[in-house]
Amino acid sequence: MNLLVGLAGFILVLLSAGLMLGQSVLRRKSPPTLREIPAYARLRQAIGRVVEDGSRLHVSLGRAALTTPQSASALAGLTLLRRLADLTSASDKPPVATSGDATLVILSQDTLHAASHAAGQSVYDPTAARLTGLTPFSFAAGALPAIHDENVSANILMGNFGLEAGLLTDASAREEAFTLAASDNLPAQAIMYAGGQEPLIGEELFAAGAYVDAGRMHTASLVVQDILRWLIILIILGGAVLKLAGLV
Amino acid sequence: MNRILPAATAIATGILVLLGYFISLPILADLRLTLLGWAVILAAFALFVGVINLLIVHSSKISQRQKGWGYSFILIIALVVTLAIGFLPTGYRDPGLSFVFKAIQLPVEASLIAVLTITLTYSSIRLLRQRPNLFSILFVVLALLILLGTAPLPLLGYLPVMGATLRPFIAQVLAGGGARGILIGVALGTLTTGLRILFGADRPYGGK
Repeated sequence: MNLLVGLAGFILVLLSAGLMLGQSVLRRKSPPTLREIPAYARLRQAIGRVVEDGSRLHVSLGRAALTTPQSASALAGLTLLRRLADLTSASDKPPVATSGDATLVILSQDTLHAASHAAGQSVYDPTAARLTGLTPFSFAAGALPAIHDENVSANILMGNFGLEAGLLTDASAREEAFTLAASDNLPAQAIMYAGGQEPLIGEELFAAGAYVDAGRMHTASLVVQDILRWLIILIILGGAVLKLAGLV
Repeated sequence: MNRILPAATAIATGILVLLGYFISLPILADLRLTLLGWAVILAAFALFVGVINLLIVHSSKISQRQKGWGYSFILIIALVVTLAIGFLPTGYRDPGLSFVFKAIQLPVEASLIAVLTITLTYSSIRLLRQRPNLFSILFVVLALLILLGTAPLPLLGYLPVMGATLRPFIAQVLAGGGARGILIGVALGTLTTGLRILFGADRPYGGK
């Protein structure tokens, strides 16, 4: 790796880490006000409906392997899964989690198990977290029965999806279920925009934790994302001005 | 201890891999490669666990005679047959395995892609009905313009202004700029998610 690029990357990571820790400590008593994202507001309504009518939540985590950079979106999905499992612990049925990667299945099983333990439930259903297929379309085909046959009233697709997301959003729409869809993949985002009831664009995917009160660090990381975004905008504008002035 | 040990291991491993990526010390680079090698081995073993999960889910569906249990039965038979062919002395070069992929897996996935085109057409119509706002109209109009600029029309062939001017402008300037903005946002989200794991604030392992 180029030394300068490596150094810049290292400084960015250290800066982000420092800002996150600082924000989480300093804003302990006065948490920042988050802008309204309609998808998360409707998610809260959908959670209430699940608890009231005894239906089920389906969380699909996509098919990113943990050893790839795309796993961050699945990890964001796992955080949401944990929080949703906590919030719906009063419901008769635990959420069902589907994924297209084996490591994600183990993590989602662990997440659901931990939520069940925290809620004091004596019975844990190990089949609530499932591997539905290892190729993009077999994963989608395997997840379709969960949407159609298991009394699911809300589908949350959060992770790394490809074009197969279209099949999942369509199945959810046919069942007239609530759909919150987010992916880090650009073609999938376009498909989710067309097919999803509540699509999330870009970094909104990583804001899930902050919007479902998963902890102070989630809110802090959202603030840091905003700070870094402004920094990048300034750098891009500065670079454009320098280029126009013929200095670079 | 059950909660501290996995968290400490994950945080230490994450920091070592991160340092090995940025700092070019041979000992750190070697350690990083070794840890990544272990991760790959664990991921391969996880695949085995995943297949067992698949078997448990579908066999419980069969035993409880749940809706669609017949499909679960076919899935298990297909899994066992494919696995048995894979264990033959000819291994992955066995023509039977090649047949399974070429004659069953590929056509089924290709059919699903075909279904997807219909699904997407229907989705774009539903989009205008469910969210009739400026962005939905823009989305559908731009998709149509891109299609007109990409595919030749019957009798007319390629439309010159669409293909040579409008489509590249939409795809490379408007969509390209927007896509870069979105990707920068995704990269920042990835960075902060990784840091939350390193801080132990998010623990998808071992629960919390």
